[in-house]
Amino acid sequence: MGRKLLTEHINVEGINTFEVYRKHGGYRSVEKALKTMTPDEVVEEVKKSGLRGRGGAGFPTGMKWSFLAKPEGVPRYLVCNADESEPGTFKDRQLMSKLPHLLIEGMITSSYALGANTSYIYIRGELLYVLRILEKAIAEAYAAGFLGKNILGSGYDLDLHVHPGGGAYICGEETALLESLEGKRGNPRNKPPFPAVQGLYARPTVVNNVESIAAVPVIVNEGGDEYAKIGVGRSTGTKLISACGHLNKPGIYEIELGLPVEEFIYSDEYCGGIWKGRELKAVVAGGSSVPILPKELILKTAAGEKRLMTYESLSDGGFVTGTMLGSGGFIAMDETTCIVRNTWNFSRFYHHESCGQCSPCREGTGWMEKVLHRLEHGHGHMEDIDLLVSVAKQIEGNTICPLGEAAAWPVAAAVRHFRHEFEWHVTHAKEAAQPGAVYRANAVLV
Amino acid sequence: MAKITFDGVEVEVPDGTTILNAARQIGGSIVPPAMCYYTPLKGSGGKCRACLVRVAAGSAKDPRPMPKLVASCVTPVQDGMVVENTTSEQVLNVRKGIVEMLLINHPLDCPVCDQAGECDLQNFAFEHGVSTTRYQEERRTFEKIDIGPLIQLHMTRCILCYRCVYTANQITDNRVHGVLGRGDAAEIGTYIENIIDNDFSGNVIDVCPVGALTDKTFRFKSRVWFTKPVNAHRDCPKCSGNVVLWYKGKDVLRTTARKDQYGEVKEWICNECRFEKKETSDWTIEGPAHIDRSSVISANHYELPVLNQSVVADLPESTQRDLEKNPPLKLGN
Amino acid sequence: METTAVKPQFSEAAQAEIKRLLTHYPDDRRKSALLPVLHIAQAEFGGWVSPEVQDLVAEVLDIKPIEVYEVATFYTMFNLKPVGKHVLEICRTGPCMLRGSDELTAHLERITGAKVGGPASADGLFTLKEVECLAACGFAPIVQVREKYYEQLDTPEAVDAMLTELRNQVHRPALPWEETGLPNALANN
Repeated sequence: MGRKLLTEHINVEGINTFEVYRKHGGYRSVEKALKTMTPDEVVEEVKKSGLRGRGGAGFPTGMKWSFLAKPEGVPRYLVCNADESEPGTFKDRQLMSKLPHLLIEGMITSSYALGANTSYIYIRGELLYVLRILEKAIAEAYAAGFLGKNILGSGYDLDLHVHPGGGAYICGEETALLESLEGKRGNPRNKPPFPAVQGLYARPTVVNNVESIAAVPVIVNEGGDEYAKIGVGRSTGTKLISACGHLNKPGIYEIELGLPVEEFIYSDEYCGGIWKGRELKAVVAGGSSVPILPKELILKTAAGEKRLMTYESLSDGGFVTGTMLGSGGFIAMDETTCIVRNTWNFSRFYHHESCGQCSPCREGTGWMEKVLHRLEHGHGHMEDIDLLVSVAKQIEGNTICPLGEAAAWPVAAAVRHFRHEFEWHVTHAKEAAQPGAVYRANAVLV
Repeated sequence: MAKITFDGVEVEVPDGTTILNAARQIGGSIVPPAMCYYTPLKGSGGKCRACLVRVAAGSAKDPRPMPKLVASCVTPVQDGMVVENTTSEQVLNVRKGIVEMLLINHPLDCPVCDQAGECDLQNFAFEHGVSTTRYQEERRTFEKIDIGPLIQLHMTRCILCYRCVYTANQITDNRVHGVLGRGDAAEIGTYIENIIDNDFSGNVIDVCPVGALTDKTFRFKSRVWFTKPVNAHRDCPKCSGNVVLWYKGKDVLRTTARKDQYGEVKEWICNECRFEKKETSDWTIEGPAHIDRSSVISANHYELPVLNQSVVADLPESTQRDLEKNPPLKLGN
Repeated sequence: METTAVKPQFSEAAQAEIKRLLTHYPDDRRKSALLPVLHIAQAEFGGWVSPEVQDLVAEVLDIKPIEVYEVATFYTMFNLKPVGKHVLEICRTGPCMLRGSDELTAHLERITGAKVGGPASADGLFTLKEVECLAACGFAPIVQVREKYYEQLDTPEAVDAMLTELRNQVHRPALPWEETGLPNALANN
């Protein structure tokens, strides 16, 4: 049984209230940081912890914090990215709705470390009900003196606000999020300048994922070194995995990084295996944008080693035989899943969510979706398969923001690992176009 | 100051200069193309990706190459930076891909488009693209809209460079059009039926790189390469009054602002100068306008306008002397 | 449904909420409140934002109407056309599709008579709208109605229970800013 650093008390009755949360050790990190530590000491602990951005990119949080520009007399901001929209990922919603005070505590301690006096939680607009929960919890924190002026008599002031989005995946990209917070269309900005220098309102800004912020209290309480003891190598601490798709027990699991993928899928402590007694076919391990892997490659690396739930092990083999931990959106697909249909579905998603600002993504995402739609519906040609790979390549790396890559990778990986299935959609177009038709070892499974 | 090497050529530019503008200081065929960047418009650029270049060395301090190609129009130089444009096969290949992307939903109705002959996309595709397409799907189309009596919006041709939006934001006091919708359904529009009514609104025509915003007073009047550009000015209370008149025979078919070799407007002009003063007598003629930028107008030795004698007679003496020294080619009439 | 003749006005409760929201941003950044105010507007004016309502939002925030149009048309939560009493937002993305969202959509079309992306059902009760990932993949397939998530709608019974609950709603649920209590009380701090 792994340690639960974030979710230990998640099922305690009333843990969403200040009183119960406090009784279970809540807000200790604020007391410790504000009363006994300098902001730089907090940053140092986070650096030592090895915590890496939990939103998907996996960039070391402490290092990101140390990049923040600190010009004299200029306000700086901490913005929490709660725009959880990566298909397959639903951990932040659960964390915020059940443990709102954990995020608030993390925001206070982190804001103190960064010297921010106003901080925002940018939550996706669909989660307005979670916004209400957070606002209520924030009001409690104000009443208890953990927010507002002169917190705990330390002289440190902080205002914390929640800001809803309006329905746009792209606002999970940090500069699009900042544009959105400024009341504009969610068009990502050209970089440089980076948010650490010119972010919200052109002022130095740090943007962190909910789960990253929620890990800060435990790091401050127990020390960065203690936190770093959990996990394997540069994958330290625990990670929330959103398990979904064809699993017996989909849901949120807090795992210690380093857990074998096979154990995660099949053990009763976690997902309990594939539903309906079926076979696993493929997994998208880190949210829809990371490369899909067939069963053989998700359970073991190409070198035959056990695949672990770590940043390094999942990316072992690069994009040829590996994938990414990403946001921890773990989508399992059973043997009845049509990979072409699923790829088309993801492609439709990225086409729908492209902001339309830069030409490779605006035009390329729609192009891929249309070609995939044709293939899935029995109107494809053999050369379409290479065309898809080529278009994906033309998008990848050439866009303003990473949505280009997010759209290109799933398509490229699906063709890489399941080319025979795409070909079957051309050679057996009529059968393939039937609802529920699936290629399976040269047999149609309807 | 920062010294950079661009396609093997060294150039020193003030700190903060973008890679593109550094390349423009060198000039010539190594300058990356730009479809959305527009120097006079603050905030423009970075969107079309036509100007992507490879940074082979980031700076003298940190000589590592940048992991991805960068948009030269919005990326500032660093001292010691080494940039590859025409010397990088990767850049040229990616640029081909950008042409393809920009064209898949473009109607390719050049034969009936007023912009043909001075269209940035046409030139870009001609210089950097391939002559076939792999796109078999249906193209995106929009209805044509009149945004006021003088400007027509043909959204189907738009490449979403945002230049017209920046123009309305920065040189007029009340922007009523913008980018609506998102993704490949995004469009320039006013949302509710609204006319762009402003003394400087006509400038959106000049900044448009394609035929999406065109001058209704010039609509279907002539191919641009059959018209003769002449520099002229008038005493205008609203703008500088420095324009280019485009003649066909004796008639002024249209008026535009003067542009530099990169197609960028030198001085904004007002709607009165652009739309209302269509008589030679309204203007002081300065002489033939030289079109430096890449264009069919300047190809085939069309630099000097072909004017018929009766028009020449209306030109000021100094211009007539110029014309005698550099006689225009006898073409057409 | 709003008629276009009368200029819309925010209720007093909504005005108070907007006032509170504006305290969240620097004084010269009123535009920041655009998305939250659009949410309030949509909830107040029949579940969609007409051009008149968008103009009202522009007026309240002291920005140009086009700045509101640009934003309202970018974000998918804002309905630009009249909608039925309940808008059923059905997630269609991968993880939901794996657990039957296509079948759910077909089922909802059949029993409500409305079509996805089309006008509301004949009784005016339901508008069907397909949306992308709602971040509840582990509880798929799901439908969002206003601020509520209906999860695991993989049986006809579950779908019926949702529709019955919605049909029995005589009044729309009270909006948070219409209730007295925390959010507004906070503004007076």
